[in-house]
Amino acid sequence: MSQVVFKNKWLPYLLILPQIAVTIVFFFWPAFTSLRLAVYRTSPFGDRTVFVGLQNFQRLFQSVYYQKSLLTTLIFSACVTIFGVLISLGVALLLNQSIRGLAVFRTAILWPYGIALPIAGIIWMFMLHPSFGIVPYLLKDVINYDFDWILKGDAAMLLVIVTAIWTNLGYNVAFYLAGLQSIPRSLVEASLVDGATSLKAIRHITLPLLSPTTFFLLVMNLIYSLFDTFGLIDAVTKGGPGGATEILIYKAYRDGILSLNLGSSAAQSVVLMVIATLLTVFQFKFIERKVSY
Amino acid sequence: MNNSKSLIILLVLVIALVGSTVAQAKTQIDFWFSLSGQLGETVEQLVKSFNESQDEFEVVAFFRGAYAESMTAAIAAYRAGNAPHILQVYEVGTQTMLLSGAVYPVYQLMEDQNINIDWNDYIPAVLAYYSHEGNLYSLPFNSSSPVFFYNKDIFAAAGLDPEKPPTTWQEVEEYSRKIIESGAARYGFTTGWPSWVLIENMHTWHGLPFASKGNGFEGLDAELLINGEFGVKHVSALAKWQEEGIFHYGGRGDSANWIFLNEECAMMPHSSGLIGSMKQSGLNWAAAPLPHWGDPYPKVNTIIGGATLWVLNGHESEEYKGVAEFLKFVAQPEQQAWWHKQTGYVPISLPAAEMLTAEGHFEAQPFQKVAINELNNAPPTRDTMGIRLGNFVEIRNVVEEELENIFAGKKSVKAGLDDAVKRSNELLREFAEIYQ
Repeated sequence: MSQVVFKNKWLPYLLILPQIAVTIVFFFWPAFTSLRLAVYRTSPFGDRTVFVGLQNFQRLFQSVYYQKSLLTTLIFSACVTIFGVLISLGVALLLNQSIRGLAVFRTAILWPYGIALPIAGIIWMFMLHPSFGIVPYLLKDVINYDFDWILKGDAAMLLVIVTAIWTNLGYNVAFYLAGLQSIPRSLVEASLVDGATSLKAIRHITLPLLSPTTFFLLVMNLIYSLFDTFGLIDAVTKGGPGGATEILIYKAYRDGILSLNLGSSAAQSVVLMVIATLLTVFQFKFIERKVSY
Repeated sequence: MNNSKSLIILLVLVIALVGSTVAQAKTQIDFWFSLSGQLGETVEQLVKSFNESQDEFEVVAFFRGAYAESMTAAIAAYRAGNAPHILQVYEVGTQTMLLSGAVYPVYQLMEDQNINIDWNDYIPAVLAYYSHEGNLYSLPFNSSSPVFFYNKDIFAAAGLDPEKPPTTWQEVEEYSRKIIESGAARYGFTTGWPSWVLIENMHTWHGLPFASKGNGFEGLDAELLINGEFGVKHVSALAKWQEEGIFHYGGRGDSANWIFLNEECAMMPHSSGLIGSMKQSGLNWAAAPLPHWGDPYPKVNTIIGGATLWVLNGHESEEYKGVAEFLKFVAQPEQQAWWHKQTGYVPISLPAAEMLTAEGHFEAQPFQKVAINELNNAPPTRDTMGIRLGNFVEIRNVVEEELENIFAGKKSVKAGLDDAVKRSNELLREFAEIYQ
């Protein structure tokens, strides 16, 4: 293939300029502002600023409530990522068979992905609301269990995890289905002819061949659970009860936007930025190595 | 589309634009508010009647989300140089606004515009909350106080007298037991705004301070005092009742309303600002004064919640004239009386209260008098005038978070309240550091 060369030296730079400009305005500029704000204590209206160096970070890491939020995030993200990917894999395997009405099932599974996360949260909240939801009502009547996520932290956590997994299911299944369909049927059929059970075929042929997809989905789900789930938490639990669902991104919002503690919030944003950067670097490194087949 | 058609459309657009600029010759005043639902509609009606009352100014009311969001949006707008003229700020934001250097104090505005308002005509407890060194900084707009709503039908079904609401917490417990045992409702009571109703107001109602330094009015070095003997006693009772179903925690802000509206519980202390919605609820309800623990505590007064109108710096003098006219309009007895009737917020002007009394309004709707009576129950002391703390928004969150931990059985009452105090004191110190 012959390489196309621009005659004008500046034209290529001009062509990528819009993209660069957007990145600077919407990424580098805010990121820089966060970094700067993180070393100051600022009054809400910005009329008083005191340089405090790394004190905001120091206070952050010494705060038991930030540590608690870190732990909450760890539990939430681990559950959303691991169960989300596992369930999607199961669903994708089921949807990869030739069954009657396949198109209907596939559409139904992909559907929730089209719903904005806060809306999904509200739908689940309606079903699970202790006062007017159908599910707690049945749970109370049938097994006498009080599913009161307004007061019980564990129940609230369960609610947001389930909603987050449900909403992202379509995305995960779509990738898994694509992955499954790129596996040559002949491989699976050959193993079945050789006497492998279908479970063994899945275990030794399908899963290893799907590992790049799995790896990609693990990273994407981790990023999703860390950052995109903000709207869900805000719409449903607002980090409560008793801080039980206060993940890092929600805490940064609460401290910055609700409580106007801009210095601490900026420091938290910087921490989140570092996490996001690490995840991205990690993903690129591994994707380049193509994982293992 | 052919050319002549698009030309016509363009012409129409140009004419429409020119037309609208002519109509906009009035000076525009931006007003950001945070009330939604039935209350939001009432705000819009109020603004509409101001706009129709004169033709010099046009107040444009924008709903900017809940209080916290609209305050943050206004701060961002202020820092960018295009703040609204008038901003509705909740009472917990008062300290932040006072120290912001971004406000045009209302008393100053009225003086500069030669508008005379006799502030002696307004309820002192309300004015004091928003005054600094004797001068009014923001105009009280929607001022409420918690009242004790109860469901008359459930009372009757439980064999209780629907005209005799409980007056003490001991009675609340006793009535709740009857209600639950008779099967009239699943729970005894829930609450709106947990920290405001059950902690802040319960302290002043019993003549006790919520924080030191006169609840923060006398200095930025105040500390919370809610883990004292009374706080522990009161919250212990609530925690015990939560276990028994006598009390049922329903979340922060308005989120417990469902429990009352679904008739799952019989009683709910909540803001008097809920009266407007209650009237539309279809329930057979009434409102009574808040219960009290009795001896040895005196019964003093409740404090207000709600919001005030702040005027922000950085606009033209001509525009401030309109702002002053609008605030004067809002403060008029006629508007105060109308606003009160629509919403259940307290009429802060004494002539308005007299007008309403003369009309027989309070006789016809006795529940509208409850909050006013509570606020004026006894002369406010240094500890019961109001609360003014920095970082108060977050302090309220912290108190509610710890209450949730207590009610869920995750922390003991004493440990939970101690943590609430410790965390709040840190927040207070952080706030003070900036303003040293």
